[in-house]
Amino acid sequence: MHYESPVRQPLILGDKSYNQITEDVVRPIENAAPRSWWMVFSIALVMFLWGVGCLAYTVGTGIGVWGLNKTVGWAWDITNFVWWVGIGHAGTLISAVLLLFRQRWRMAINRSAEAMTIFSVIQAGLFPVFHMGRVWMAYWVLPIPNQFGSLWVNFNSPLLWDVFAISTYLSVSVVFWYVGLIPDFAMVRDRAVNPVQKHIYKVLSFGWGGKAKAWQRFEEVSLVLAGLATPLVLSVHTIVSMDFATSVIPGWHTTIFPPYFVAGAIFSGFAMVQTLLLIVRKVFKMEDYITVQHIEMMNIIIMVTGSIVGVAYITELFIAWYSGVEYEQYAFLNRATGPYWWAYWSMMTCNVFSPQFMWFKKLRTNLVFTFVISIVVNIGMWFERFVIIVTSLHRDYLPSSWSMFSPSFVDVGIFVGTIGFFFVLFLLYARTFPVIAQAELKTILKTSGEAQKKHHSDHGAHH
Amino acid sequence: MAHTTEPTPVVRALYHDDDVLISAVKEIRAAGYKISEVYTPFPVHGLDKAMGLKETRIAMAAFMYGLLGLTVAVTLTWYMMISDWPQNIGGKPNINWGMNMPAFVPILFELTVFFAAHLMVWTYLVINGLYPGADAQNPDPRTTDDYFMVELPAADGLVDVLKKSGAVEIAEA
Repeated sequence: MHYESPVRQPLILGDKSYNQITEDVVRPIENAAPRSWWMVFSIALVMFLWGVGCLAYTVGTGIGVWGLNKTVGWAWDITNFVWWVGIGHAGTLISAVLLLFRQRWRMAINRSAEAMTIFSVIQAGLFPVFHMGRVWMAYWVLPIPNQFGSLWVNFNSPLLWDVFAISTYLSVSVVFWYVGLIPDFAMVRDRAVNPVQKHIYKVLSFGWGGKAKAWQRFEEVSLVLAGLATPLVLSVHTIVSMDFATSVIPGWHTTIFPPYFVAGAIFSGFAMVQTLLLIVRKVFKMEDYITVQHIEMMNIIIMVTGSIVGVAYITELFIAWYSGVEYEQYAFLNRATGPYWWAYWSMMTCNVFSPQFMWFKKLRTNLVFTFVISIVVNIGMWFERFVIIVTSLHRDYLPSSWSMFSPSFVDVGIFVGTIGFFFVLFLLYARTFPVIAQAELKTILKTSGEAQKKHHSDHGAHH
Repeated sequence: MAHTTEPTPVVRALYHDDDVLISAVKEIRAAGYKISEVYTPFPVHGLDKAMGLKETRIAMAAFMYGLLGLTVAVTLTWYMMISDWPQNIGGKPNINWGMNMPAFVPILFELTVFFAAHLMVWTYLVINGLYPGADAQNPDPRTTDDYFMVELPAADGLVDVLKKSGAVEIAEA
């Protein structure tokens, strides 16, 4: 009944019981935070507060405090927006696409990956909102009559598509995440001794009791949400890429953008999942659940999507030459050899070259190496967006208005602030939420637990 | 009918393994007793069939909500862009909704997903009686950890059947 081929490696190491899984998952919640947690949290909080200060300065003084100029009207803000949204994609990919493909290894990592999605989409959303300048007018993007007269939002505009895509993505990701969290919060509630803690988890768990009918609906709802989230996640970065692709700027006006952006998003998102989970598994002693096999699987995805991104870069170059359009040709020549050559070649090295190391099993199962590559990939993906946005704009059709972009301290401060905000949210999550979807994980213990598999092969599988 | 207000005594049997639970549910039902509820710490596959539960129709509800979202999106884009305040935007044809429709595909898609996902989850919470601060539905806190509970109305000879089915603890309430 619980047979799985011995060829498949166990997903849960050691001799675990259902109760042991419970104990391991609640340990970070019930115990005091380690010193290292407080240290990292303090650093993140300082970064976050610095970012809040820079945002306040921006709102108080105006967008002029950023490094933008007449020629380069989009730079770090949109770079950061696209970078953060892209990072978010891996979470949905793990929880939705891998659910549809029945990949059981997702169960140990989907909770944290979805948390990462939600927290990074929050960071992403800040940039376009503050780029509006007058943030108190942000509600103008909603389909209500502008100025409460009768002028409506423009549904032909990719920027408005973005508003709908990002808000749908964020809100659907939140409910998807929360539906899965309810049973796990109930588990924490039922164990809690401290009355304050018990009350908080009672509120969070919505009274969940694990009734048979509720579980049946739970599984159906998870499946349907996965089915909805899969095209949704692909649509989000497609629409983000249309912000560029529907314009007539050389280097932006290309039909390859949607698939190229989606592949890049998954690539950078998995790199961020690696960065976070390598720390989580170490600090919270989750090595039996987030195994080397999980890390290896994600490295393979990084390798594949990194190679897709590489093919996209080369295709872009080829098409620029093949199109015969001299503006397009110049845009790419300028990227590779112009004043921003260093950004272009950083992008190429980090995104195309570095993931190729993952062809070697020794390297993709090496945790330190994986950690380094995961950071390198995220730097590379930041440069990709910077290259696409700034190098296409800074030398436009009119050479007299050519210019360069250099970020002001406010640009840097806001970016640093979002990194701080992201880690503040993630660190709070890691201390108070069950970081592993324990209820789901228990369903695969008998088939994929190490001790259970061994027991099976020793006693023969005659069912 | 005065006695209907009196609570009928229930028997609660705890099991410590999901396979034992499934076979126990089958045995109890085969012996002619009616199971009122089963509480488990995780979704036990095959339990709904063993209990004879009907299939859930929530996926169908989600489909209907999706259609509703699509309708809302069509109405919204038609009213705002075609009927109420038509404008020449980038030369896109807007004589009727159909000609302008390609530019609305992202909106049509996003609102379909938005309505389907959110209304389905609201429905899920309401029909399961889940809301912030609700009292725990499970009578025994161990059933969110590693115990499985079968709850059924007290009847003659029931305890023996439960014992034989592998229950590790039986309580009457």
